[in-house]
Amino acid sequence: MFHVKQFDVIVVGGGHAGTEAAAAAARRGARVALVSQSRAQIGTMSCNPSIGGLGKGHLVREVDALDGLMARAADAGAIHYRMLNRSKGLAVQGPRIQADRRRYRAAIHQLLAATPNLSIIEGEAVALTLASGRLSGVRLRDDTTIAAPAVVLATGTFLGGRIYRGSEREDGGRVGERPALELGVQLRALDLPMRRLKTGTPPRLDGRTIDWARLSPQRSDDEPWRMSPMTRGPRLPQLACAVTRTNMATHDIIRAGLDNSPLFSGAIEGQGPRYCPSIEDKVHRFGDRDGHQIFLEPEGLDDKTVYPNGISTSLATDVQHAMVRSVEGLERAVITVPGYAVEYDHLDPRALDHRLALTALPGLFCAGQINGTTGYEEAAAQGLIAGLNAAALARDDAPVILDRASAYIGVMIDDLVLQGVSEPYRMLTARAEYRLALRADNAETRLSAIGEAANCISDERRAHIARRMAQRDDLRASRVAPSAVDADIAREIEEDARYAPYLARQAEEIDRMRRDGAIAIPTGAALHAIAGLSNEMIERLTTAAPATLDEASRVRGVTPAALAALWLHARKSA
Amino acid sequence: MSDTIFALSSGRPPAAIAVVRVSGPAACGAAQALAGRCPPPRHASLRTLRDAAGAALDRALVIYFPGPATATGEDLVELHCHGGRAVVAAVERALAAVPGLRHARPGEFTRRALENGRIDLAQAQGLADLLEAETEAQHRTALAAAEGAVGRAVGGWLDRLSAIAAQVEAQLDFADEADVEDAGGYDPAPAIAALLAEWRATLAAPSVERLRDGVRVVIAGPPNAGKSSLFNALADRDAAIVTPIAGTTRDVLEAAVMRDGIPYRLTDTAGLAEATDDEVERIGIDRAATAMAGADILLWMGAPVEAPAGAVILAGKADLPGADHTGADLAVSARLPHTIAALWALLADRAGAMLTIDGDMALRQTQRDRLAEAAAALDLARRTTDLLIVAEQLRVATRPLAALLGKDATEAMLDALFGRFCLGK
Repeated sequence: MFHVKQFDVIVVGGGHAGTEAAAAAARRGARVALVSQSRAQIGTMSCNPSIGGLGKGHLVREVDALDGLMARAADAGAIHYRMLNRSKGLAVQGPRIQADRRRYRAAIHQLLAATPNLSIIEGEAVALTLASGRLSGVRLRDDTTIAAPAVVLATGTFLGGRIYRGSEREDGGRVGERPALELGVQLRALDLPMRRLKTGTPPRLDGRTIDWARLSPQRSDDEPWRMSPMTRGPRLPQLACAVTRTNMATHDIIRAGLDNSPLFSGAIEGQGPRYCPSIEDKVHRFGDRDGHQIFLEPEGLDDKTVYPNGISTSLATDVQHAMVRSVEGLERAVITVPGYAVEYDHLDPRALDHRLALTALPGLFCAGQINGTTGYEEAAAQGLIAGLNAAALARDDAPVILDRASAYIGVMIDDLVLQGVSEPYRMLTARAEYRLALRADNAETRLSAIGEAANCISDERRAHIARRMAQRDDLRASRVAPSAVDADIAREIEEDARYAPYLARQAEEIDRMRRDGAIAIPTGAALHAIAGLSNEMIERLTTAAPATLDEASRVRGVTPAALAALWLHARKSA
Repeated sequence: MSDTIFALSSGRPPAAIAVVRVSGPAACGAAQALAGRCPPPRHASLRTLRDAAGAALDRALVIYFPGPATATGEDLVELHCHGGRAVVAAVERALAAVPGLRHARPGEFTRRALENGRIDLAQAQGLADLLEAETEAQHRTALAAAEGAVGRAVGGWLDRLSAIAAQVEAQLDFADEADVEDAGGYDPAPAIAALLAEWRATLAAPSVERLRDGVRVVIAGPPNAGKSSLFNALADRDAAIVTPIAGTTRDVLEAAVMRDGIPYRLTDTAGLAEATDDEVERIGIDRAATAMAGADILLWMGAPVEAPAGAVILAGKADLPGADHTGADLAVSARLPHTIAALWALLADRAGAMLTIDGDMALRQTQRDRLAEAAAALDLARRTTDLLIVAEQLRVATRPLAALLGKDATEAMLDALFGRFCLGK
């Protein structure tokens, strides 16, 4: 008999969702196993080299406020800082960095190594194990079994992953890495609502073959801001990006290559993201444009690879080659890895609750692209919440649920579990109805108390927060001058004052939301017993499974009368 | 803390008495606003109700029931008014103008009674069915509206609003990436102003409910101009009189008349004399002014120079020799049937125009409320150059319109955003 290793939480997948989930669960005191096919690949940035941006920067700061890894690793790897929307209000400013991939990954490894209670297990999870209808752990390719009452699936595009490039096909989640096929088959067999989505990545270029002198550079911000307020010390040397653009010749090459495009031949059934279209999509849908921008982003200080942001493609390799060389500055550019599209399985996130737990299989949590999202930041934010709640389940602690008024994380999860997705979900500031209050610069103020209550904050950060909270209190009470506190805090308090009348009006809206959020409503079969609910309403409520009256009010198509009936029922049962 | 709500809680006027209930924390304040002060608890007091401008609306019994031992469990005020439609409408208007008060939604008094434990669960059982029945009706209405002119208009407004919001959001979320080339420097102000002007014009038209009750024709002018003879000629001589309705006072008379398929509500007003010491006459004159303000068509029988804007100017007593018709649209006399027929033709013209343009596009009260909510938000959007606030107000404005069509406001905006711009890298 083999000795079965026992943990509180198992995390499957070492990407942005998986690493945050593992670290978050461990911070709450859970014994955690992080299972990854390749130890070395943990913390890899599979697509673009940037972290943050509009809406996404908010998520990074929120993850950081709850002591997550991403912001600190981003600072450790940052070779380019850019505050987007600097000229606009703080609510829509988006901090974004570009990271040296190797240094970013090293920083994640370091942070994980410094996290107590966290073991990394190299291996491929092939099956979830069940014991009397409950999840009991996972089985690996080598037949070892690891046991835990809670499992977080953060498999990214590896679940049923299939790579497309021209007429080439390959099974895999990233080029050169195996997909998680068995696990996908098992999830489908569990009768979970699985669907297909697709995403893509551009070809990588050898930076030494780019004619930089002909292109206009975009430099890193001079102002020394950081992703995490915890980061100390000097920045790495900063690199400039460059901007070039496609032209009519490029578009002709692309059009001529469409015959062999899996996107246009119908080989790919999954829906791709509208806000991150492939270059063939852009040329096809916006045929009148005479050019599309390409940002040439260096991938590292001692890595000559350049990421040409803006030309994600799954065209055949020779077409990619001709397309790249038609662009100014890239006439002699060499492609090191061609671009590709990847189609993968995801779970309809309406099968999850606000903890990101799967209702149909107690103990199973899902985070990241498996839930139909796209982006490192979206993945990290979900990983954090899934990890905190997996630890809560295993150790009988309180769940951590952020609502729409607390955080972009709350907006995203609420959107996912109530509305589902029709394309890969990306965070946008327009999705947050309390955008004026949810700013990237005030994440610490918004979330510190929640992190403290969840007991997921290190002593070092606790001291840091206490010092800064005192500064805020002093400044708000005019006990000190703005110049006597941290500069970002002075700006934060100034911005609060500017939007105070609007924030006050939103506060009433938030009160109403929270009041209705305290009214629990029935789910599942119990809905049929409620007088006055039509079959259509029952179906909508069953799919999204809202737990409270407030959540029900956001399920699309649910009428005021249905809400009244739910409310009456809740009253009666109280 | 909950809002304070009000509604007519007796049957539909006209009736002898109409009871308007006000429930919520501001109930007593509302009584104070209309009746001068809130009477002592559980005492019926006779008071003159006035609107914010001080115009008398009615003499009514005002009763104050402090919560929680009331029908709704909240502070409750009952206004027992005279049961004329004009009175009830005026009192409801005055209440709506009190800060913190709003018109109750269907079933809301019952909901509060339940919420506060004032009716038991057995009593509550029936309510869900009742509400469901109401949605069925609402559902049909919404469907009809969605297919009809209103649905098309609201859909068009939502599209335009979403397009403006998309332009603004494109600047907020994407402009800094420089991939929103055609959105750079977009100024939403002209599009917002155009939309707002359209909404205001729509809101200025009478609602479906109003039109169903009849086109309001008000006869006004100085005393002894022949108003009452004309009123009788229009009302009495027509076989289609429905009911002569005694108005709320001796000096405003109303009659409902159906002619050529168009419903009219005729109102005769007191002569607009100079300042008077007589209290009764003064109230009558106030009422005349109120009726004139609410007229869809105002027939002015007096000197053309004194005619209110938009009024039809009539020269009365056309049968008298030497009558001066200068400046009048029409000369009429109760004794000359062809002049009355000419007046009916003129009324049919005006009312017809009103009913065909607005009949198609006339909004129901709930639709008007949503549109007014959207218009208020849009008005604020117009008054700032901070894109963030503009976006915020556009969001507030989009929601009620999207709700009318059963759409999701954010999705509508995102569809417009991604349909228009080539976004993202």
